[in-house]
Amino acid sequence: MSPTLILALPFAGSVIAMLMPTHARNRAATFAGVVALVALIGSAMLFPAVRDGGVVRDEYPWMSAVGLDFVVRVDGFAWMFAVLVTGIGLLVAIYARYYMAAADPVPRFYAFLLAFMGAMLGVVLSGNLVMLAFFWELTSLASFLLIGYWHHDRDARRGARMALIVTGSGGLALVVGIVLLGHVAGSYDVDRVLASGDIVRQSPYYPLILALVLTGAFAKSAQFPLQFWLPHAMAAPTPVSAYLHSATMVKAGVFLLARLWPVLAGTDAWFWSVAGVGAVTLVLGAFVAMFQRDLKGLLAWSTISHLGLITLLLGLNSTLATVAAVFHMINHATFKSSLFMAAGVIDHETGTRNIQRLRGLIHAMPITGTLALVASAAMAGVPLLNGFLSKEMFFAETVYITSSPWVEWGLPALATIAGALGVVYSLRFSIGVLFGKLPSNLPRTPHEPPRFMRVPIEILVLACLVVGIVPARSIGPALAAASRPVVGGVLPDYDLALWHGVNAPFVMSVVALVAGTLAYLAMRRAWARGRLQRAPLADRFDGRRAFDVTMVMLAQVAHRALAIAGTRRLQPQLRAIVVAAIVGAAGALAAGGITWGDRARVPPSFELVAFWAIGMLAAIAAAWQAKLHRLASLMLLAVVGLVTALTFVWFSAPDLALTQLAVEVVTTSLFLLGLRWLPMPVRGAQRRRADAMTLVRRGRDLAIAAVSGAGLAALSYAMLTRPAPQSIAPYYLAHALPGGGGHNVVNVMLVDFRAFDTFGEITVLAIVAIAVYALLRRFRPPQEAIAPPRQQRVVAGAPRSDLAGAEVATPGYLEVPAVLARLVLPIAVVVAVYLFLRGHDEPGGGFVAGLTVAIALLVQYIVGGAAWVEQHLRLRPVRWIAAGLLIALATGLAAKGAGYPFLTTRTFDVAVPLIGELHVPSATLFDAGVFAVVVGGTLLILVALAHQSIRSHRRADATVELD
Amino acid sequence: MEVVVALAIGVIGGSGVYLLLRPRTFEVIMGLALISYAVNLFIFSMGSLALGDEPIVKPGVAADLAHYTDPIPQALVLTAIVIGFAMTALFLVVLLASRGLTGSDHVDGAEPDR
Repeated sequence: MSPTLILALPFAGSVIAMLMPTHARNRAATFAGVVALVALIGSAMLFPAVRDGGVVRDEYPWMSAVGLDFVVRVDGFAWMFAVLVTGIGLLVAIYARYYMAAADPVPRFYAFLLAFMGAMLGVVLSGNLVMLAFFWELTSLASFLLIGYWHHDRDARRGARMALIVTGSGGLALVVGIVLLGHVAGSYDVDRVLASGDIVRQSPYYPLILALVLTGAFAKSAQFPLQFWLPHAMAAPTPVSAYLHSATMVKAGVFLLARLWPVLAGTDAWFWSVAGVGAVTLVLGAFVAMFQRDLKGLLAWSTISHLGLITLLLGLNSTLATVAAVFHMINHATFKSSLFMAAGVIDHETGTRNIQRLRGLIHAMPITGTLALVASAAMAGVPLLNGFLSKEMFFAETVYITSSPWVEWGLPALATIAGALGVVYSLRFSIGVLFGKLPSNLPRTPHEPPRFMRVPIEILVLACLVVGIVPARSIGPALAAASRPVVGGVLPDYDLALWHGVNAPFVMSVVALVAGTLAYLAMRRAWARGRLQRAPLADRFDGRRAFDVTMVMLAQVAHRALAIAGTRRLQPQLRAIVVAAIVGAAGALAAGGITWGDRARVPPSFELVAFWAIGMLAAIAAAWQAKLHRLASLMLLAVVGLVTALTFVWFSAPDLALTQLAVEVVTTSLFLLGLRWLPMPVRGAQRRRADAMTLVRRGRDLAIAAVSGAGLAALSYAMLTRPAPQSIAPYYLAHALPGGGGHNVVNVMLVDFRAFDTFGEITVLAIVAIAVYALLRRFRPPQEAIAPPRQQRVVAGAPRSDLAGAEVATPGYLEVPAVLARLVLPIAVVVAVYLFLRGHDEPGGGFVAGLTVAIALLVQYIVGGAAWVEQHLRLRPVRWIAAGLLIALATGLAAKGAGYPFLTTRTFDVAVPLIGELHVPSATLFDAGVFAVVVGGTLLILVALAHQSIRSHRRADATVELD
Repeated sequence: MEVVVALAIGVIGGSGVYLLLRPRTFEVIMGLALISYAVNLFIFSMGSLALGDEPIVKPGVAADLAHYTDPIPQALVLTAIVIGFAMTALFLVVLLASRGLTGSDHVDGAEPDR
């Protein structure tokens, strides 16, 4: 199976599981199991390809220019992890079917589980470091969802959040580290990064890279001092702990350390930071684990300890230690998952996880008890089990290290102490819980779990035994394949045998076992007397308080920053934007100054100067009147628009002038329709005498406005007088006729060269129209605006009318203009057709034609009333919009179908009887689409507004009836 | 002529900025409309203030910038005019909806505390 497929499978499965009914427990479990099984088989079958150091790569170029490609890469190490992730995933899927209650939304659980599986596979199979960082964060997210699965539980929510914040922040550090690493190595590609270890280690950035990458890895693998999130994550359902907190998620950190081992390891900095942190974590985790009263808490701290062991091994800068680390990753995953599952069974069957209440369970559940016993023996490092082998290798490495004397003596001693502590907590987990007299006061009467809840544990424990007894035959080849890429291609000599004779490591093992057993016996007596309930001193190492304090401080800082720098008011925000723009421009000017150019000036003409004198006055007056005299202000605004249109036509832009003119009419009508629903401006005497504060505010805004206006003018003048830069315009001018088949270059650009842009634009117009329609559907006019305006009220009664269909909203109102407006409609349509047809060669086109039709119809609404128009015309603006968009799209796709790029124009010459040769570019069809969208969109907006008046009448009537 | 156009852009833009900073929604919309005039004029004049050089290809005239004005700013401004209309329409309706919901035409949806 292709590695990409293996990676994609869990994600697809997650989506499907998410869609299952809430209580489809069996279906979801079976489905997730099948997905995991297929992925497991697919992964396992890749073994021959990676066995001898081979690498399988699937490459999908994406943004190669910045070194971002989607690369799925499998080497021996990634293969081993893929098998662990999918294999234990399969077992957890089976186990969870029996663990989860029928009342839980189980499909959601499996959806999260599969998503996590996919993310974890992504981390191990990434062939690109940026991709790895992406999947890394994805595992944090998925684990957040899984830990918080029982979101009604406060502890679950807190634990989930803590895990997300700690591992996610570590991930951020990792991203920065990876960017730096990629920068130094010259590529993000894993193969190339792995090959550039020497460059990286000699780079001045190396300490920084190391610090950042280690932060990410330590956060994920719960290394001191970031270990505190893992015990809190135990609020997760136990299958999640069995999967995430033993075999996968927490292994991502050590996976990364091992993955980058050939690049980053081998320096003193690596030894002291990695081995140091690992050693502290190893001892601290084991020490605290002894004092846990919660089964899962004990396992969590033991996991921290074992992860510390792996980190320590990776930090020793020895290839042999690294092989041992890889070996221990496998071993720990098997025995710890089975222990978590056993803890889950105990919890499930007895109703408690409290070690002090649990006794003699082996009598009630002999098979599960035996399995737990064997697995905890593996955890303690008892011979004949896999934990013994890797622990033995670890002891050997501590003995044979060459370093300063106190490291040479201290490290073996520390290893032995940690081993003894491991024996203590393993005994507490097994002997303490399994043997003795079965208490009768347990919340539930314990008995064996369902058959298939035990199967996953049996398989894992069997694996512990097989690896422990015949290591070379069972795990040997896989371990060799997995370790080879980690140590850089050449495996050191090692012997996976059960018995190496009586040597130093064996003596250490014996000492640890004996000392641990004696310590356990002594402490059991103390525990029975109620002493040693908490780990002495270890509270000082609890990062949780620091975490909480940091969170509270962050929240306070954020609040304070918001209070200082934030506002929910619009005016200060807009002011800040304008002032920032002014400051930015001033800064640029301060650096370079502004100079006028010497382009040949256009001679002034009296008419245009006069027009602009009016236009500028109108603009200022519009601003002045906008508060109290809205109608006047609106008219003044229209004057500015008209002068702008005149300027366009004056300076050789007839198309712009036409469009501006039409838009001006539509915009003004729009405002006229909307003005009515605004509250009356306050003209009260107390407001007219503006207080001093208001005057200051206005003065300040006036100054800002004056400065920005002056800036705009200066900038425009500089731009207008300097020589124009090299333009791409000659291309359009030269190709408009031969390529686009039209004389009007602006129109050809709109419907041909830049047609895709126009397509986007009409889409925006359609969206706006529909948004307006939707917003107004819920709009209810304010009460005080419902009464008909004064102009309509003065018409006394309905005069007799010989007009066909004279039932207008307000009878007798504006009837003569209504007749005239009806006469204008067909004329306007003819004008629109004319504008549309000439568009390609002369000023005109779909935009203007559409606006013309819309204006003609709008006039009917304004003068004749909405009711009359809708009785006589069936306008369906939404259909116009849809038809227009479809026509435009079809035109574009037709070009694509003919083998040209999207929206390429083809010109057809058609002979039509009586008319002669016709010259029809396909862009005309596109323009027709534009036309339809403009008509539909404009009408939809305006009609929606116009309808408010009908609605208000209805409401007024309803109110009357109710009275 | 350049002075006039530059002044016009400045005056329209300045008036628009003043209105943009006012507290009433109607004023802000008017300000945005004024600013879009100014911006359209600015983009348009990036071509050149050419008299009688419409970018409409005439037979027998060389298709270069010596004989026609630059069509690119025109095409851009044409798009901008239509989008500006859509934006104004949307803002107007948002204004009306906000006034309907809050009963106020202040930009913050409530009269400021005095």
